[in-house]
Amino acid sequence: MASASSLAASLNPATPPDTVARAELSEIDASTRWPAIVFLLSALVWLLVGTVFALISSIKLHTPGFLGGYEWLTFGRARTAHLNAVVYGWSTNVAFAVAFWLMARLSRAKLRHAGVLVIAACFWNLGVTLGVIGILAGDSTSIEWLEMPSYVTPLLFVAYALVGAWTVITFRFRQVEHIYVSQLYLLAALFWFPWLYSIAQIMIIFEPARGTVLALVNWWFAHNVLGLWFTPIGLAAAYYFIPKVLGKPIHSYYLSVLGFWSLAIFYNWAGVHHLIGGPVPAWVISAGIAASLMMVIPVVVTAINHHLTMVGSFGALRSSPTLRFVVFGAVNYTVVSLIGSTMAIRSVNEITHFTHFTVAHAHQGMYAFFTMVMFGAVYYILPRLLLKEWPSAALIRTHFWAAAIGVTLYWIDLSIGGWIQGMEMNNANVAFLDVVRHTIPFLLVRSGAGIIMTIGHLAFAVNVVWMLCARRPAGATAPTLFHKPPAMRAASAR
Amino acid sequence: MNRGPLIFLGIFLALAFSWTGIVLTNQIQYGSLTPYYDQNEGKTFPDKPSGLAERGRAVYQDLGCLYCHSQQVRRPGFGADTERGWGERQSVARDYVYERRVFLGTMRTGPDLRNIGARQPSADWHYLHLYDPQLTSPGSIMAPFRFLFEYRPVAGERSPKALKLPGDYVRQHGLDRPGYELVPTPRAEALVAYLMSLKDTYQFPEARPYVPPRKEGGSK
Repeated sequence: MASASSLAASLNPATPPDTVARAELSEIDASTRWPAIVFLLSALVWLLVGTVFALISSIKLHTPGFLGGYEWLTFGRARTAHLNAVVYGWSTNVAFAVAFWLMARLSRAKLRHAGVLVIAACFWNLGVTLGVIGILAGDSTSIEWLEMPSYVTPLLFVAYALVGAWTVITFRFRQVEHIYVSQLYLLAALFWFPWLYSIAQIMIIFEPARGTVLALVNWWFAHNVLGLWFTPIGLAAAYYFIPKVLGKPIHSYYLSVLGFWSLAIFYNWAGVHHLIGGPVPAWVISAGIAASLMMVIPVVVTAINHHLTMVGSFGALRSSPTLRFVVFGAVNYTVVSLIGSTMAIRSVNEITHFTHFTVAHAHQGMYAFFTMVMFGAVYYILPRLLLKEWPSAALIRTHFWAAAIGVTLYWIDLSIGGWIQGMEMNNANVAFLDVVRHTIPFLLVRSGAGIIMTIGHLAFAVNVVWMLCARRPAGATAPTLFHKPPAMRAASAR
Repeated sequence: MNRGPLIFLGIFLALAFSWTGIVLTNQIQYGSLTPYYDQNEGKTFPDKPSGLAERGRAVYQDLGCLYCHSQQVRRPGFGADTERGWGERQSVARDYVYERRVFLGTMRTGPDLRNIGARQPSADWHYLHLYDPQLTSPGSIMAPFRFLFEYRPVAGERSPKALKLPGDYVRQHGLDRPGYELVPTPRAEALVAYLMSLKDTYQFPEARPYVPPRKEGGSK
């Protein structure tokens, strides 16, 4: 069967190259349709599940009697169910979809045998479902970021390996010479995660190392889940969508490559900063601190590239939902990373370690950066898979403002609360229960911020379901924007 | 130009770098750390946990206690861990050699528990605290673990482990049925045995704080 793009070009020599390219991209999008839809919808379900557990855990921390009689909802389990639902349910599902969709587009190669990825999606979601139920039932391993019981490990590993392999295969079939920086991030992330996961499983669960070596393996893994899995996917998406939506090239290709390789070298040593002051060799902690500070290089380089690409085009933030979410995420990536490097300095860590400051930081990283970029990606990708537009710009607007205001309130509030908590905790003259009491107002505000974010998630979910149910329009459509940009307004007036 | 293999090599080496440094080197450096034999006492330290304490460790694990409680004491002068009485000395790697799961923790919503067995040596205190933290620590935000206890008719004699609740608490919470008692389940007993086993009181040579050598002839 001749492809539509070549057909268009062969029928009419005057077909503009842009039309051919668009047709080709739309065929590539179509090849990812089913697995991408399955991963994205699973991600949405997990986002809602994770949100419910988030609210339960948050309320329990200032009102400990809330649902206090249920063992399966005790704080230690509900909080862990929240983490795993949002990290492996929401974030990883959406990261998978964005990863292979983006890889296929950038490689100009259709995804082959997409059915395999649908099977991978089933395995992954079965694994996460059993894992979260296991945690609630008391099978948690109590190893941070690796809590899901060992019986779901094979399911998760097989699913991941399939997605990783399929994406790399797509890259190998690439039709373009040039390798864009997003592809570097995607390839690296998909290779790194299985390595981290398998080493951590073996050395912690199946053939445990002795003593605090376990803690080192744990934080080598856990911080790298952020640094070598979610961060590269988030950056790959930001590097794609910012120039794509603006229709102009990235500020500096050279800087983007420098940013990638400096991240690859420094980030994977940084995890040890979670053990500052702990019973592990001092040299490895110092190495971790040094790496955390060196992270300033990739962060600043990436910041220059993202933000200077935006300079002169801020007006586009008024109209494009994708751009607004992605740029919000990119700005937060800069801020959260610089705060993270600062937190690794011993004298700062002495205060922030063991406090809500770390919780604030984690949410700024995973939500204000990663999740917001992924929301932006979904707003771009889903219409191209379903061949329908978003039914309601008002719902997108609600989603954006609720998520943005909610998470900003969240991390600023808990950072202040955590800092006070740390200062008081390091002053033995303040009774411990007073330290606890002084955190409660901040925990209450955090619950409020959580409710605001929940409103955003509900708006998102309603919009997705509405879109699924809507009829596919017959002809060409225009994207759903917040406001019509001037050029488009002129076009529709004609 | 096909740079695929070169890129892959770089990606591989990047992670191999930290894997070698953080995981492998430390495994070689102290992955086979042994308990310390004290000739004067004629035994090794740390103490091996009892079977009941090991089962309690599993309860600690499945309830997720580590998300609010750390188990590590930072050195004097770095934080206020020892000033708060959370331990007499800093924790060292050897304290953990018998632990198949190391619960160092990263959060202190509640206090550090590394030496809770030495700080709160009373099982009765632990039972009350677990049943309702407000009984022992008013204002605490710890979750109540009432599901670790059983309200049951007294069979024969009252259990010696039955909770010694204050009289007005019993009346307020309807726990005053005649012939009934509130007793810990086996899981609660194991958990308390585990908590009471947490005490790093032995002074390992490497746990002594570093004292800089005095300069000869220096002023006092």
